[in-house]
Amino acid sequence: MSNVQIMTGNTAAAFGAKLCRVQVVSAYPITPQTSLTENLSQAVEGGELKAEFIRVESEHSALTVCISASSVGARVFTSTSSHGLLYMHEQLHWAAGSRLPIVLCCVNRGVGAPWSIFNDQQDAVSQRDTGWIQIYCRDNQEIIDTVIQAYRIAEALYVPVMVCYDGFVLSHTMMPVDVPDAAAVDDFLPPYKPHTILSPEDPRNINPVIFPWRRPDAEGVLRDGYMELRYKLQDTLEEAGKTIVSVGEAFAGIFGRNHGGMLWTYRMEDAEIVLCSMGSLATEATTAADMLRDRGIAAGVAGIRVFRPFPRKEVREVFRRARAIVVFEKDISYGYEGALCSDLKAAFYRSDVAAPIHNVIAGLGGRDVKARELAEATVAALDIIEAGQADEKRQTWLNCHTGN
Amino acid sequence: MEKKDDNISAMCRPAVGEAGKTGDWRDMRPVIDESKCIPAVKKRAACFLCWLYCPEGVIRATIPVEIDLDYCKGCGICAEECPAKAITMVPEGDKA
Repeated sequence: MSNVQIMTGNTAAAFGAKLCRVQVVSAYPITPQTSLTENLSQAVEGGELKAEFIRVESEHSALTVCISASSVGARVFTSTSSHGLLYMHEQLHWAAGSRLPIVLCCVNRGVGAPWSIFNDQQDAVSQRDTGWIQIYCRDNQEIIDTVIQAYRIAEALYVPVMVCYDGFVLSHTMMPVDVPDAAAVDDFLPPYKPHTILSPEDPRNINPVIFPWRRPDAEGVLRDGYMELRYKLQDTLEEAGKTIVSVGEAFAGIFGRNHGGMLWTYRMEDAEIVLCSMGSLATEATTAADMLRDRGIAAGVAGIRVFRPFPRKEVREVFRRARAIVVFEKDISYGYEGALCSDLKAAFYRSDVAAPIHNVIAGLGGRDVKARELAEATVAALDIIEAGQADEKRQTWLNCHTGN
Repeated sequence: MEKKDDNISAMCRPAVGEAGKTGDWRDMRPVIDESKCIPAVKKRAACFLCWLYCPEGVIRATIPVEIDLDYCKGCGICAEECPAKAITMVPEGDKA
């Protein structure tokens, strides 16, 4: 029995959190995340969601509350955007280092200066190296489904998960969403079992100062040093792909939808030209691929769903037959190139993928990106590639009056 | 055989010495002159300001007063506070 409702991305995310029966919500309102936080606040106030909604004075405190609540065994949820996420930066590291399965919705927005409330992915991409799993959604159905999957992934691995989706483009756009059955979600998502122990009868010191070296504690157990604990997190992230894929498959078995595990593809079977992107921009690229196909160009799309852990193995397989690759992204690593482009190139190093790659920076600060423009940018990128200039030529900034 | 650390985050039971033998950080060692120390001289519980002020809690209010040198970091607060000037800070490695 499907239960299709028309809703925004923020409402879909709130539905997801409610279906997961989160016990503590702490968040600070920021555009474009605000309506998600309001929705959950109302649900708690009205008694629809049996949870504590903890009001705080900042995003730093919001995530700190989540860290504390998760440590004592509560399933917790928070959400933010842009400067709010950056303000959480320190606590993002604390959450991952403490191995707490917090789920955070990042409603992607550009970062100042200058002020922008509009969408790009600079906020989440700039938090890439904090030890969180990052999943980028392409539509509102994927948002609700991914929030539910995120708790199962996070609680299986003890790693926090950031569910990212584009501000306004998804957060404030209404789409049909099939709302999963609450009892089925309960079956899919077992209760959270914390690895941290908090009991007055059997107390613990959590996150004491750790020395560079390993050393025996007062009970004679040889305790990890800082590097051993860092390695355990890295090892878990490196192996997390298997869990992410299997949770996606288990979800599909119950609810009939699989959003692609680590990545998804569109018309890739015979594609020679591959358009690659994350989030709603990748959805737009599928329409661009159709337009290119109409013009006789064998284009396909690879949408990166999970940015961390990076799908190294999967991209090597999916891009194997590519003759040219165009990477579209809504972020920039200043002084180099788009972060997705760099990571893809690193994954292809000494693999079978030797196709030339051109990077297109698009839609920063909410600048509109049309499918037709992505198709035209692809054709222009192919000209650069055919002229043998893919390596020396800088990225293209789509619809940007650069003077070049 | 060494016991494996199964924790995935830094966690331990609160206990004396859980942060390691912090006494090996010390380069000045407190030495008590019992001919001046008030409880030792009076042979009864008295003064114990060193015990009160020690930020590490490594001084025992006994007669005579004892300092746990496994964990004393040698900060010298006890010597500074002692009204009888009974505690001297001696460089580690030197004989008392």
